[in-house]
Amino acid sequence: MRKIAKRLFAGAALLLIITYFVPLWSISLEAPQYPEGIGLYIWVNKITGKNPHDLKNINGLNHYIGMKEIHPESIPELRVMPWILGFFVVSGLVGSIAFPQRFLSFWLALLILISVIGLVDFYVWEYDYGHDLNPKAAIKVPGMSYQPPLIGSKQLLNMRTSSWPHIGGWAILISISLAGFALFYDKKEITA
Amino acid sequence: MSGINNRKLVIAVIGLIILMLTLIGCPAQQSMVGTDDAAQKVYVAPGTYDEFYAFMSGGFSGQVTVHGLPSGRLIKTIPVFSVFPENGYGFSEETKPMLNTSFGFVPWDDAHHPELSQTSGTPDGRWLFINANNTTRVARINLASFETDEIIEIPNAAGNHASPFVTMNTEYVVASTRFSVPIPQKDVPISTYKENFDGTITFIRVDPESGRMTIAFQIIVPGFNYDLAHAGKGPSHGWAFFTSYNTEQANTLLEVNASQNDKDFVAAVNWKLAEQYLAEGKAKDMSASYVNNHMNGSSRIVETEKHTSVKVLSPKDCPGLIYYLPTPKSPHGVDVDPSGEYIVAGGKLAAVIPVHSFSKMQKAIEDKLFEGDVDGIPVLKYESVVAGEVQNPGLGPLHTEFDGKGYAYTSAFISSEIVKWKLGTWEVVDRIPTYYSIGHLMIPGGDSQKPWGKYVVALNKITKDRYLPTGPELAHAAQLIDISGEKMKLLLDFPTMGEPHYAQGIAAELLMKNQTKMFPIEGNTHPQATKSEAESRVERKGNEVHVYMTTIRTHFSPDNIEGIKLGDKVFFHVTNLEQDWDVPHGFAVQGALNAELLIMPGETRTLVWEPARVGVFPFYCTDFCSALHQEMQGYVRVSPGNSSVAITYGTGK
Repeated sequence: MRKIAKRLFAGAALLLIITYFVPLWSISLEAPQYPEGIGLYIWVNKITGKNPHDLKNINGLNHYIGMKEIHPESIPELRVMPWILGFFVVSGLVGSIAFPQRFLSFWLALLILISVIGLVDFYVWEYDYGHDLNPKAAIKVPGMSYQPPLIGSKQLLNMRTSSWPHIGGWAILISISLAGFALFYDKKEITA
Repeated sequence: MSGINNRKLVIAVIGLIILMLTLIGCPAQQSMVGTDDAAQKVYVAPGTYDEFYAFMSGGFSGQVTVHGLPSGRLIKTIPVFSVFPENGYGFSEETKPMLNTSFGFVPWDDAHHPELSQTSGTPDGRWLFINANNTTRVARINLASFETDEIIEIPNAAGNHASPFVTMNTEYVVASTRFSVPIPQKDVPISTYKENFDGTITFIRVDPESGRMTIAFQIIVPGFNYDLAHAGKGPSHGWAFFTSYNTEQANTLLEVNASQNDKDFVAAVNWKLAEQYLAEGKAKDMSASYVNNHMNGSSRIVETEKHTSVKVLSPKDCPGLIYYLPTPKSPHGVDVDPSGEYIVAGGKLAAVIPVHSFSKMQKAIEDKLFEGDVDGIPVLKYESVVAGEVQNPGLGPLHTEFDGKGYAYTSAFISSEIVKWKLGTWEVVDRIPTYYSIGHLMIPGGDSQKPWGKYVVALNKITKDRYLPTGPELAHAAQLIDISGEKMKLLLDFPTMGEPHYAQGIAAELLMKNQTKMFPIEGNTHPQATKSEAESRVERKGNEVHVYMTTIRTHFSPDNIEGIKLGDKVFFHVTNLEQDWDVPHGFAVQGALNAELLIMPGETRTLVWEPARVGVFPFYCTDFCSALHQEMQGYVRVSPGNSSVAITYGTGK
């Protein structure tokens, strides 16, 4: 690989380290009686409230519509994800030094695939929380489900729910782009 | 000829009628305010905040009310010296001890002077102190939680009026006797006042970290009425000044008998020297009975400590501890200007406002310019200490506040006005009527070294026609006056609760950043706390039944309780499991002879219920907490005393 491609590849791998320190995704709820804001962060290994007690309070609010409580310790993906990302960091760094361009293509394709699987998995969880409601719930609106949007904003009763990538999510996207540029430059060099 | 005269007469008569109508239509006492301008100045748009917190003493309500300025809106009542069924203060087992005294449980008092804690002579927003005049105490309010954290009783005292003024760094809070009494108390004829009655001046030490109060020492002083106080600052730091009246030492018909002397005294107390005498062992231990009640920060339970002794200094043994400054006619307020040089006394029956000079006082002490002494306390010569007199200051001058720009504002009760005058030249520069009969007045920070000299609040004693009539008992009338310009301008009337005496104001941003929103449940060390629904239970101990109950939107756990018997004493220990901002839950049970509980998120509060009848009685949440608040209820079954119904309980079973 060209020097510039190697550097970009290494940068892409290193950038993923950020995901251990900042949330991947943000879900925020806006309602008139929460001027201070309430919401969740999804991290590589945990789900936390934006404010100290938000997770507890969101579970409290959700019980009115019969939604299951969110217990981060019961979500297996949160145990697997740190290892997967760790694999990309280490293999990316090693690959940028030692392996040929073909490995970069493979690494990039795998990262994109894993990201897509992650989003699909996220959607499935959201679908489950939004639809699998306790039939004895206090508030039942015929035909209403409470699935939060995958990306974007949606009004769910009094709550405007917004779901967007957070810094960690953007870091993965930038990492994919850097690896993409690396591949693009390297291929251009070879064909030129 | 006569035609012309008639016409002149007609014109003259019409002119007089017009003049008369104009005068009738324009009451002389009303100051004409540009109302649009005033409205704009006091308008606080929805969702925005007032610039200042104002803490008004609740007077005979015993509480403190919190208003926003400039809107005048009432934001909160802080229960202090009186029970408050609204949130269970003085009724819950945890808060009842706060009203303990050496006399027993006292459910009421008369609260006069709020005073903010200060650092370097400036309000620091940590605590608010206030005195109880009747059963002599000083309270400390925590300005993060807006709750009474501590009350200390003042021994050897009666009528704690000249209190609780703070020294520059809140080293001390002072207290005194407005009513001299036998010290220690004893059974003597009232007519032996002159032989047997004394006053005391008390210095309460405030711990700089925790705020905890202890009685540092008391000074036994001649049996006058010690009325108000303020501590020195800047150059006068280390001194505190107390007004006294009834130097005639009358014990009956004081309105006449205590108004005979041309001059009474301002007592200047050198507390730094008192510390020295204390260190030298000049103080005597005197047996005394008083209590100190303090709320534990993590269990939120009030504990009462009993004390049996106090250190007492006598001026006879402590030369230089006190000097008397002669001051005309029963002085009321004593106020120290921001520089710390001038000591202004409001001689309430005097024709002038005398202003004493601290530096002249120091010189006079050095030169021994005494005109005599009272029980070993030197009386300085009036001319040797007075810096000037404000002439024509209005009738009945009481209190003075400062704007930090070289002006003083004195309330005049009898002429019902505020008089603005210049420090140094003593000339009156402006006056504005108040409605009616102003007592105290307050500029935010106006008794500190750095006043926020934007508004003065008039705290009036008489209301009459200022609001829609409400029968014979009326709210009190405060008035907000703009002092940012050369002329004072009346902006707003607003009603206040109880009878506000003094008040304090502070820039809102100093308090807003420290506010407590809830109590962390994991930090709750109350021995009867129930930290999860799984731990909720009912336990019988003889004829006491303890219900360990939790609340969370929107149910109690347990909400069905059986097995209570007539003759039982039921303790509902209710823990609010919420950890969300502004979600208190209430607890009320039918037939309770006390009050409700209002339980803040993360806190535990206990209500005692002694059922008087057999039957099934509901309990419910009193604070609208959620969409299903009306469903937040439960039942407790009461069986006859000889019944064999077992204790059972649960929620959703």
